[in-house]
Amino acid sequence: MRDFLEIVGLSIGVSLTATALAAAISMPTGAALAVFPFRGRRLAVVLINAFLGLPPVVVGLVLYLALSRSGPLGFLALLYTPTAMVIAQTILAMPIVAALVHRAGERAWARYGDELVCDGASRLQAIPQILHIIRADLITAILAGFGRTVSEVGAVILVGGNIRGLTRTMTTTIALQTSQGELPLALALGAVLVGISISISATVFAFAGPARMAGSDEAR
Amino acid sequence: MKFRLILVLIGIVIGNCRASAAEQAIVLASTTSVEASGLLEHILPPFTAKTGIKVNVVAQGTGKALDTARRGDADLLLVHDPEAEQQFMDEGHGASRRQIAWNDFIIVGPAADPAHVRGGSDSVAAMKAIASTRAPFVSRGDNSGTNAAELRLWKIAGQTPETLSGEKWYRSIGGGMGQALNIASAMAAYTLSDRGTWLSFNNKGALVIAVEHDPRLINRYDVIELNAQKHAGAKRAFAKVFADWLVSSEGQQAIGAYQVNGQKLFNPSADAPK
Repeated sequence: MRDFLEIVGLSIGVSLTATALAAAISMPTGAALAVFPFRGRRLAVVLINAFLGLPPVVVGLVLYLALSRSGPLGFLALLYTPTAMVIAQTILAMPIVAALVHRAGERAWARYGDELVCDGASRLQAIPQILHIIRADLITAILAGFGRTVSEVGAVILVGGNIRGLTRTMTTTIALQTSQGELPLALALGAVLVGISISISATVFAFAGPARMAGSDEAR
Repeated sequence: MKFRLILVLIGIVIGNCRASAAEQAIVLASTTSVEASGLLEHILPPFTAKTGIKVNVVAQGTGKALDTARRGDADLLLVHDPEAEQQFMDEGHGASRRQIAWNDFIIVGPAADPAHVRGGSDSVAAMKAIASTRAPFVSRGDNSGTNAAELRLWKIAGQTPETLSGEKWYRSIGGGMGQALNIASAMAAYTLSDRGTWLSFNNKGALVIAVEHDPRLINRYDVIELNAQKHAGAKRAFAKVFADWLVSSEGQQAIGAYQVNGQKLFNPSADAPK
């Protein structure tokens, strides 16, 4: 039971941290892509959308090679630690958050951009306002990012090593139990994972409330 | 409010990492069989309680485990492929290599036994029969110790990886022992398994032991300490404590005491290597 709580706690802790980091980086980035015109913007948008399909196992492998003692970042001694897992999941969640924020931000900018700039705000100052207008879409973006991080197994098993009591998450436990032929246990843990995803999503929507949802309708 | 939440979460994770870094901890790269069989889960808690050294187990196939150590990402090795280990030592990566236990491999297969090998103790004859009847055979295909042992048997039986890769009945899955057993069970195929994983495996379905007690099927587990010259970063002092404990009478007793369903999975052999 203690093992179980540890595993669930680590899964949620690592995924929430990664999602928070990804949101902190990608929300301004996504909005900036919607607001600032620059050469190569379309290319940047295409790349970010392409990275939506980034295979976790590739991210895991590249990060593994980088963090390995014989790799360029080996001196950090991060391989097989929860921190390495957070980094991997942040990389996976960033394009999702950025792409969804950019999509919503583009619509809001088309609708309100002129007014915002007319009010004397620079484009940089308009970014927080755009994020405020699309706040309901931000919730969707962040939940999508969280969904990506909490459910993936390919990257965390490579850089985390599935070490009992240190880097074993729900998904890597399911993989391990399946490999031990403990199919009912694996399935039960899978149900817990789905249940946790549902409760987190429900909690967020309960806090966000229907009133805030109106925000994005305006933007449309 | 959201920002504060984020800070708290980051704090929690960093706190977690600190806590684990402050401990004396080593990374043990091991084979899947010693973890999947439950052996390490059984012997590590008493060791950690006694010495305060935490052993973080990364369970991989032997080939991958040796490679992890070559890259400098492990402090100690627990593996079971004599030839690959010898090469590792020849390359100068290892400082010492000691046998800690042995058990044996078995050939398992469907109860229907399409290749008519059940009950025998000649693994090579069985492999020949499987090949000539073209009965499905699942290979680990992951460069692990068990995979290497399997390929050695095939070689004696007159097959090479090249001839096997062209055969439809030979299915290389590139996965761990448990995965191989899951797949063999699902497609009614034969496979080579270590006895420890087999005994603790819980999804046998219609699989039964087909061939056992062949002297060629012995499976040796060695602990390898790393060479100081090549692996300066490794926590060799802590690793040595654990390696020495494994071969000590206390460690050997702990290994020998591990049972699943009343059956001993590993035979301690530090004093008399097989």
